[in-house]
Amino acid sequence: MVKTERNKVITRPSEIRVKDFEEVSQGFTYELMKAEAERCINCKNAPCTAGCPVGVKIPEFIQCLKNDDLDGAVKIIKLDNNLPSICGRVCPQEKQCEDKCIRKLKLGGAVAIGSLERYVGDYALADNKVATPPTKKIDYKVAVIGSGPSGLTVAADCANAGLDVTIFEAFHEAGGVLVYGIPEFRLPKEEIVKKEINKLIELGVKIKYNTVVGKTIKIEELIEEFDAIFIGTGAGLPSFMNIPGENLNGVYSANEFLTRVNLMKAFKKDSDTPIYVGKNVAIVGAGNVAMDAARTAKRLGAENVYIVYRRSKEEMPARIEEIEHAIEEGIQLQLLTNPTRILGETSVEGMECVKMELGEPDASGRRRPVEIKNSEYILNVDEVIMSIGTRPNPLLTREFAELQTTKRGTLIINEETQETSVNNIFAGGDAVTGAATVILAMGAGKNAAKTIIARANSKNI
Amino acid sequence: MNKILKKRQLSENVNEYVVEAADVAKHARPGQFIILRVDSDGERVPFTIADTDKDNGSITILVQTIGMTTYKLSLLNEGDYIHDFVGPLGNPTELSEYKNIVLVGGGIGSAVIYPQAKFRHNSGLKCDVIVGARNKDLLVYEDEFRANSDNLYIVTDDGSYGEKGFVTNKLEVLIKEGKNYDCVFAVGPVMMMKAVCDLTKQYGIKTVVSMNSTMVDGTGMCGCCRLTVGGETKYACVDGPEFDGHQIDFMESVNRSKFYKEHECECYKRELEKNGKN
Repeated sequence: MVKTERNKVITRPSEIRVKDFEEVSQGFTYELMKAEAERCINCKNAPCTAGCPVGVKIPEFIQCLKNDDLDGAVKIIKLDNNLPSICGRVCPQEKQCEDKCIRKLKLGGAVAIGSLERYVGDYALADNKVATPPTKKIDYKVAVIGSGPSGLTVAADCANAGLDVTIFEAFHEAGGVLVYGIPEFRLPKEEIVKKEINKLIELGVKIKYNTVVGKTIKIEELIEEFDAIFIGTGAGLPSFMNIPGENLNGVYSANEFLTRVNLMKAFKKDSDTPIYVGKNVAIVGAGNVAMDAARTAKRLGAENVYIVYRRSKEEMPARIEEIEHAIEEGIQLQLLTNPTRILGETSVEGMECVKMELGEPDASGRRRPVEIKNSEYILNVDEVIMSIGTRPNPLLTREFAELQTTKRGTLIINEETQETSVNNIFAGGDAVTGAATVILAMGAGKNAAKTIIARANSKNI
Repeated sequence: MNKILKKRQLSENVNEYVVEAADVAKHARPGQFIILRVDSDGERVPFTIADTDKDNGSITILVQTIGMTTYKLSLLNEGDYIHDFVGPLGNPTELSEYKNIVLVGGGIGSAVIYPQAKFRHNSGLKCDVIVGARNKDLLVYEDEFRANSDNLYIVTDDGSYGEKGFVTNKLEVLIKEGKNYDCVFAVGPVMMMKAVCDLTKQYGIKTVVSMNSTMVDGTGMCGCCRLTVGGETKYACVDGPEFDGHQIDFMESVNRSKFYKEHECECYKRELEKNGKN
């Protein structure tokens, strides 16, 4: 076998891209796509598919690309994943499909499956064909709570099967974490997210905005009106460290910082929503959200942006591409470092940190960070963004106690059907798993839709 | 989009809006709030529900023109639409267990105590009301309070109407007269609420306040509205807006409320200039 090197996507130069919010990765050109597709050796047992949380038939769609059959590729991917343009951009492929690719170690690197998927997804969005609702309608009403990745998937699958779907969205815009969390420079809103949502509307899905289920409309009312309910409310409740100084002005949760910038468009001059950007900004945490917050702060004009993380680079949970992009953009890593308090009178004037070292492995299998005595020092920052994770929002479960939850507040479901402790109420995504990935949420949505459609069909025989 | 059914000017810079919002009205209870966006570039701003008409499917809010969003709102009239309007958010105020309550409203905070007065009056529960304002022009809902309270006491800072003084002066007089209040519900500017709490602490009277923190989503997602209550961080949007006033770190809340002051002033100025005012 020829050891051809993995093709790289076109990436905008860091010195230019840090000045705007336009997309960093430009994806493959047709030629690059073709060259990369040819690198797939079509393994019989398809380890990549086994590595995909939703089991996309990867070698099959790549085979279509080799044959220039883009429509065929779209069809194959969409059997398992409704939103390839989004997953191609935000999936941690290096830990999933690409990690299992036989070319990974010795044959020039794993096939760039994510970038190929993105190419297919963008092709599907670019054709501007109006989605046609199915002619066969089934008299079965589905309420979807939340319009993030899992909710969008349930809505699309159910609508395609002819069910009557209504999405209830708390915000004034649909997309959930895709619009409030992930920044424009990683996932364009008008070009990608809005288009996907418009396709749903064309399919006949109704969206009720500004509707907080449990408040604006009660679950009990939904039960009255709908045959099935899907809860995809995500994990939107930010965690703080509970250290002194966290309520000073200039301390944000990553959720708040990103929501102000992404959903409320605080990065645009004509937006009314204020955002504070310091000169020296510390982001606490090292996941994708932390990278997003760091790179956003940089784009908004911060001079020094630090990622403060208590473990080492190896354990950083963010996608490799995001970490690389962040470093290229001048984000500084302060590893093996943990904040102990935030200093200041009325607003942030500094952050006291302590140095850490790695000890024995903990329950997660990662080496536990341990404080090094008397290693405290002060990081000169005037803004701190806490990005240490989120938990499911208890708003809905507080209002409807019949829904059983774990101690962590996640909804308990039957994994086969996605059904909660309440008959015909299903759930999926971060509300069930705790903060996880877009693709897992989408997979859960697929699974729930399968059960809902089966019930609809059996009811309407 | 929610239609403004009625607009009434209550004082020089306070307007009352009756807004079409059937779903909100159906579920709203005293103490809850809504979040609105005036237009498609608008920020999300919380307003307390001042009144609810379930039959008409409408929500009443009082808006004091103090910044950009409230100024933009002041330019809207009957028949115009508010771009986004979501609610009812927050927890309802539950004060039925108290027998002899006094509601204290400062300035626009009267909008928050009014539904409580109405609720108690309609439920046959006793309540006194103290409303305070800087001057007569800023006083709102006098008739409404008179019709829904056992005793109404009005104070103004400058003495232009009612008694001269602050709400705390009147409250202390009433306590000393032996009113035996078992609960005080105070809503208004943070410093007023703090003053009330400082006073009632001396007399050991349970005091509940409603915190009007700045918010973004209003559903517990961002933590913008966080405050310290009894040493713990709470979110005004989902844990409140009512809290035990004797447990709140008011100075922290005052500080947090000033975070965007400069930006707010600039935006307000820009908006005024855009409309040919200065």
